[in-house]
Amino acid sequence: MPSFAAIISILFDGLAYAMVLFIISVGLSITMGLMGFVNLAHGAFAMAGGYLVVSLTRSLGIPFLPALVIAAVIVGAASIPFERILYSRLYKATELDQVLLTIGLAFMSIAVCTMIYGPAPLTIRLPSILTGQLDIGVRTVPTYRAFVIVVGVVLIAVLWYTFERTNIGAKIRAAVDNRRMAQSIGINVDRLFTLTFALGSGLAALGGGLAVQTFGLTPSFAVLYLVFFLLIVSVGGLGSLKGTLVASIVLGVFDVGGKYLTPEAGGFFIYALALAILLVKPAGLYGRE
Amino acid sequence: MAASDVTTAGPDDRRARARAFIERRHRIRLGEIVPWLLIAAVFFIFPDRTTFGTQVLIAIMFALSLDLILGYAGIVTLGHAAFFGIGAYTVAILSARLGWGEPISMLFAAAVLAGIGGLISGWFLLRYRGLTLLMLTLATAVLLQEFGNYRSDITGGYDGVPGMEIWKLLGVFENDLWGHNYYIYTAIVLFVVFIVVRHIIYSPFGQALVGIRENVRRMHAIGSPVHRRLVISYTIAAAIAGIAGALFAESTAYTTLGVFDFDNSAKVMVMLILGGTGRLYGAFAGATIYMILEDEFSKAFPEYWQFGIGLVLVLTVLFARRGLLGLFEDVAQYFRRSKS
Repeated sequence: MPSFAAIISILFDGLAYAMVLFIISVGLSITMGLMGFVNLAHGAFAMAGGYLVVSLTRSLGIPFLPALVIAAVIVGAASIPFERILYSRLYKATELDQVLLTIGLAFMSIAVCTMIYGPAPLTIRLPSILTGQLDIGVRTVPTYRAFVIVVGVVLIAVLWYTFERTNIGAKIRAAVDNRRMAQSIGINVDRLFTLTFALGSGLAALGGGLAVQTFGLTPSFAVLYLVFFLLIVSVGGLGSLKGTLVASIVLGVFDVGGKYLTPEAGGFFIYALALAILLVKPAGLYGRE
Repeated sequence: MAASDVTTAGPDDRRARARAFIERRHRIRLGEIVPWLLIAAVFFIFPDRTTFGTQVLIAIMFALSLDLILGYAGIVTLGHAAFFGIGAYTVAILSARLGWGEPISMLFAAAVLAGIGGLISGWFLLRYRGLTLLMLTLATAVLLQEFGNYRSDITGGYDGVPGMEIWKLLGVFENDLWGHNYYIYTAIVLFVVFIVVRHIIYSPFGQALVGIRENVRRMHAIGSPVHRRLVISYTIAAAIAGIAGALFAESTAYTTLGVFDFDNSAKVMVMLILGGTGRLYGAFAGATIYMILEDEFSKAFPEYWQFGIGLVLVLTVLFARRGLLGLFEDVAQYFRRSKS
């Protein structure tokens, strides 16, 4: 039986991990829920964010926090042409076509990052305020993880407010529920989708920037964690903010806990759990049947 | 039989016509000999490249198995490497742990085990379609990989199974340095597998699979046992992928958990798409071209190679959805039309 301190550690690390997973996956969930588009290149946007943060902090000497924001904005803006030129042509196509196109994009992004940054893992030098340990009463924890959790919670609050309390959020929810109906009452779903896509990609880039320190950053990032993001999205239910959050926390905490308690079993239990949930609830925990 | 009363043709007559249609499609065309002549020719023209040739033949078989479910039944899977991996590990564990290294019987064992894997997972998974099915197939492959990693005392983990001992083929032919014997062996197995697949897709069962791909609702409506047919095709495809995996492990005497990688599932899909789905020979063209290009470029220019594959995928989806063979047909038709 693990000690109390160990359980606190697992919960804390798991939560920090879950926040990164949530920030990256939430955009994927919304865009998949809106258009039913299978986007396997989402991890590539997260990776682009990570590399941008590395470049901004190293070459231009911009501090870590502004660099995170700048990277998110750049990637979000850069994703718009992709959506308009490539993705929008395949909204009515089969899943296979969408899978192939986005795998192709992911491969190309991996190649480009390898050419620019090389295959070796990169790290970011954090500001001194984020390094070291923080005493939270029962135990000292790494400050960076506490920071990630704070960022995650703030983002959840902002996203929740946008979704539930603003006009644009209501439009998105309406379009996820019933795209045709939303269109027929005059919501411009295409533009809405472009907007959400850019927002989701920007968030992915932010998550990617945060993930560099914990996941490590190599060009294979785009595909390596993709399976995990996709599982979170499908376990949580497409287009559901709550579902993505719950799935991130469950899978994140279980993954960290599983690796801590039985290192050799590794990710086995986490995939078995995800598979079991999907078999019982194929539309995900909070998805629509 | 109320339906037959209102039509002019009797049921026997219609059955005979349906039979004639199926048989006409099943007839072997002259052009179909070309790939086999090429496979034979390669053996004599490039005798020092047969080791690589064996890998191409294995890739063809793997892509062919995917064509059966993806091209014909329309099942989109991201985890086909699972069955290739089961086949490879059947051979690895039999030869390294259980002291049985007879190649041909190991192929059967691999086919049976991979088939069982396909039957069980297919029975559960094929009730779903679309994104859920994609995720479930993907998760199945990762689950197997993680299980292999969990029991790395048996599987050797990502370092591979040590000490695989493959016996001589039929007790006579060794896997020599140039791999001549294994090229012939793989070619023969591929031929047998191909005959089976060809038989299946031109049979009424194969027609039903195409029907499911084209319009699953209508197939339900006419009372076709959709789920059962999908599971059967999935099981057969899994068994064939298992044989391909077994051949891979036998020919290289080496297997790591990397065979379960998403990359491997994606690669076989790329090969098939490149050649063209649902056209039987697409697997041959796609796998051959992919393997040759990979061999030429992946070592020398790994980044450009990956970029190129990605670009080809994007362009294929946007402009040549029916693959290289489809392009070839279009060009042929264009010339035929301009001549007349």
